[in-house]
Amino acid sequence: MWQWLYKLGSPRHFYEMTTSFLPWLKGVTYFLLIVGLVWGLGFAPPDYQMGDNYRIIYIHVPTALGAMWIYVMMAVMAAMHMIWNIKVADMVAKSSALVGAGFCAVALFTGAVWGRPTWGVYWIWDAKLTSFLILFFVYIGVIALRSAFDSETSGSKAASVLTLVGVVNLPIIYYAAVWWNTLHQPPSELSLSSQGANPPEIWIPAFFTGFGLIGLVFVFVIMRTRNEILWRERRAQWVQDLVKQEAGRA
Amino acid sequence: MHSARKQKLYIVLSIVLGAAVAVGLLVVAFNEGLNVFFTPTEITEGKVQPNQNIRIGGMVKEGSLVREGLEGTRIEFVTTDYNADIPVVYEGVLPDLFREGQGVVAEGFVDENGVFQARQIMAKHDENYMSAEVKAALEAAEKRKAAGGISQ
Repeated sequence: MWQWLYKLGSPRHFYEMTTSFLPWLKGVTYFLLIVGLVWGLGFAPPDYQMGDNYRIIYIHVPTALGAMWIYVMMAVMAAMHMIWNIKVADMVAKSSALVGAGFCAVALFTGAVWGRPTWGVYWIWDAKLTSFLILFFVYIGVIALRSAFDSETSGSKAASVLTLVGVVNLPIIYYAAVWWNTLHQPPSELSLSSQGANPPEIWIPAFFTGFGLIGLVFVFVIMRTRNEILWRERRAQWVQDLVKQEAGRA
Repeated sequence: MHSARKQKLYIVLSIVLGAAVAVGLLVVAFNEGLNVFFTPTEITEGKVQPNQNIRIGGMVKEGSLVREGLEGTRIEFVTTDYNADIPVVYEGVLPDLFREGQGVVAEGFVDENGVFQARQIMAKHDENYMSAEVKAALEAAEKRKAAGGISQ
């Protein structure tokens, strides 16, 4: 186990291991997403108040939770990079930032589209929505800060520090609707019973889209990290060999 | 652990803790200001000035909604937090989810008579999703129960 993790810390091994793993991951991801979306959008029962409007939760909830979860991953990678100086951890953190910002954008957009018919407004400056918008800005800030440095190492150090500072926002987003009066509702409690609120018929498709989107995060992050590895190791012999091999095949 | 690594671990922890303490203090200092609306109880306690622009949030009291006898799209209803009640008047478009017994957030001001003059009405949705069929079945069961109670 430790040996395996230790190997993942080496850029070359990370690249080689993900080469065979990626097609499987993609397959599982697409399967989960298609099942979840078809089930959620086509077959789950309509809500007693919102009718079909509520179906946006099958995208909105997993992307919003995903945006927060990607941030946790990015922060753990930033800490690992700072403490143990693991280069792959920094590359994963760098690759995660844009994916996280994308998830934020999707969650904000779907939330606004749902908010207009349900609440009557696209946007309100309540604690939940505002703290989530700040998460989006933190992602953009991390990306901008890293690219503001000429030197790769200075950029990654600065980005790591900002990433760690931003962690404080995560509990605020999650508990905003519990701690303060907000227009946004608090997190739902899932029920195992079909008779009552939040039954399995409604939330099971959300688990499919949720795990599908987590898979999609890994697909994006791994693909971006592989590009980053090739770029940073472009002078290494194994990358040069790989390029020659690919060129020969083409 | 290596002493240099240990030192870096402490730096990482102090960044996270320092940020948490700083933001924690800010949040405590701002606490009430971070609420997006006032409750009817807070308004009756005199926490807002008359004619001050605010939002009020509560439930639309069952049986309080009046449409008949009013001009155009004018409505009147009562918001409640089950402790204090504030009457609201409004004219304009309502969101789909606006109804009695549901949460509501309104923007406007309290006039001299203690009536909330709303400029905009927003419906507050709770965290419960339920299928239309189950809801209908639950209501039917409740009706049967009520009918049974009378005949006994």
